Amino acid sequence: MSATQREAAAQEIVAESNPGLVKTITRAQATQIVLVLIGLFVLFSIINPEAFLSVFNFRSIIVNASIFIVLGVGVTFVIITAGIDLSIGSVLVFSSVMSALVMESLGTEGWAIAAVGAVVAVLAGALWGLINGLLVTRAKVPAFIVTLGTMGMALGISQVITGGIDLYNVPEVLVDTVGFGDVFWEIPTLSVIALVVVVIGGIVLHKTKFGLYTYALGSNLEACRRVGIKVDYNLTWVYIVSGVCAGIGGYLSLALYQQTTIAGNSLTNLAVIAGVVIGGTSLFGGVGTMFGTVIGLLIPVTLRQGFVISGVQAFWQEVVVGIFLIGAVYVDGVRRARASRGSGTKPKQKAIGGLKIGSTEKEGNSE
Amino acid sequence: MAILEARGIVRTYGQVVALDECDFDVEAGEVTALIGDNGAGKSTLIKILSGTEQMEAGEIRFMGEAVSMSSPAVARDLGIETVFQDLALCPHLDPVRNLYLGREVRKRGLMGLLGFMDNKVMKTGSQDAFSDLGATVKALSVPVGDMSGGQKQSVAVARAASWANKIIFLDEPTAALGVVQTHNVLELIKRVRDKGIGVVFISHSMPEVLSVADRVQVLRRGRRVATLKAADSTLEQLVGAMTGALDEEVR
Repeated sequence: MSATQREAAAQEIVAESNPGLVKTITRAQATQIVLVLIGLFVLFSIINPEAFLSVFNFRSIIVNASIFIVLGVGVTFVIITAGIDLSIGSVLVFSSVMSALVMESLGTEGWAIAAVGAVVAVLAGALWGLINGLLVTRAKVPAFIVTLGTMGMALGISQVITGGIDLYNVPEVLVDTVGFGDVFWEIPTLSVIALVVVVIGGIVLHKTKFGLYTYALGSNLEACRRVGIKVDYNLTWVYIVSGVCAGIGGYLSLALYQQTTIAGNSLTNLAVIAGVVIGGTSLFGGVGTMFGTVIGLLIPVTLRQGFVISGVQAFWQEVVVGIFLIGAVYVDGVRRARASRGSGTKPKQKAIGGLKIGSTEKEGNSE
Repeated sequence: MAILEARGIVRTYGQVVALDECDFDVEAGEVTALIGDNGAGKSTLIKILSGTEQMEAGEIRFMGEAVSMSSPAVARDLGIETVFQDLALCPHLDPVRNLYLGREVRKRGLMGLLGFMDNKVMKTGSQDAFSDLGATVKALSVPVGDMSGGQKQSVAVARAASWANKIIFLDEPTAALGVVQTHNVLELIKRVRDKGIGVVFISHSMPEVLSVADRVQVLRRGRRVATLKAADSTLEQLVGAMTGALDEEVR
């Protein structure tokens, strides 16, 4: 290559190094999912504008989504590494039981005790995250099995400790402020806390080295190992983050429901994972955004609320969420298949009954 | 001067003897082609010399001193980089992220301690690295997985070249490439050598070997059977050494 060619190549680099914000945004699955959410809002607003477009309705949508979103923050990290955390619902219960027990033994009232309860909940969650992380990285047991195991263990231990009976001694200050209080106007404190968790989680995921390694681990674990990233260490921390989020969720749940909800979280894990996946995070790793997770978790809640308001049986929500979930994974699969063939601008292949007609695999290697 | 000397390297996989008291030398500012038939032990040798696999017996001397290549990190600290056939890139990350993977530049002060990265510095550094090598990496913010084979290869080689200051190992860098990309990668190899780095590459293409390499070392059944100067060698000699028709060690 001559000097002028080299210069031209260097200029190309500069010229094409920025594909533009618009392109980046439209490419993200999160954008498509925002359109779905907006569509739902428009639909329900037309069906029953008075009830749906009320402050009360919006307040309850965000309150109902808040705890799921906090859990979703941690699950987003885990799924981006191509892992899974099924234990979050049980860890939520365990954290709230531990927190309630400690607060009860300290006297149940006042901010100091509520603060101790918060610390206990977070530590309890972190402990299960650490257990998950160590088993996944050191014992090399698949994350699905590890977290399926700890899901049962965390719930079982909670039931053993409490005898299966919910604890109701939650500090009043906690319930009044975090559970039902507003920061101002109709902005619920619970949701503001969730927002803070999301923002911190988003900054860590998208701006820091830890976040970058989260993507890298899910993208190519072996490559990370070869360049000297402490793979096991980082992966363990990812599970700890998920545990901590479940711990925070447990504490918020105590505040909102004024009890430990031992029996009420058996499907929480699946609901959160579904939301995260609907939000564009790929189960195959390497792809996902915190923004997508928030939108993905708002959709099921909006559907439920919308159906109730429209007079449709709320059970339909599960059906529609199921469709969205499968659709989201389908879209992700199509996109990954396209990526593995090369760039998206190659001639289209038609797949008929598994037979590929059109351009061949070789296209992927040509410039 | 030899930067790296390997003597009597032994490595077995169960019943299979991959390396049988193998010797190997890397000189500074030289392109060494490592050739041999399938199963001759080329990849195993490179894995051992880059710390990815461990030898069972033998000695590795780096700049005249015995070293233990116990992990890839040790090799990297010595200024040795390796590009494996699978390239070891993260397909979801862009070229800048891949180039700096594991070596991210932190921001100064508190933000850096919190794990924030200096993206500007890394981007400029990547632009320099790619244009330095004349690598045709067109877009710095497109995921590597969306790029062509040649571009991926360029990213992997540029990454190795920008961190290595002593040796680069390339395991079949042109195996999956078309004519133009192969030419580019070979030019890249020459340019890396001209920086004074010892380049070792595995190849099955003899014309390629003769056009780029300064020295050719031939493995057969886990041993080095010949060291040839590329300028004085012919295709027949190389093939003869690989297949065993020619058995003396030429210095």
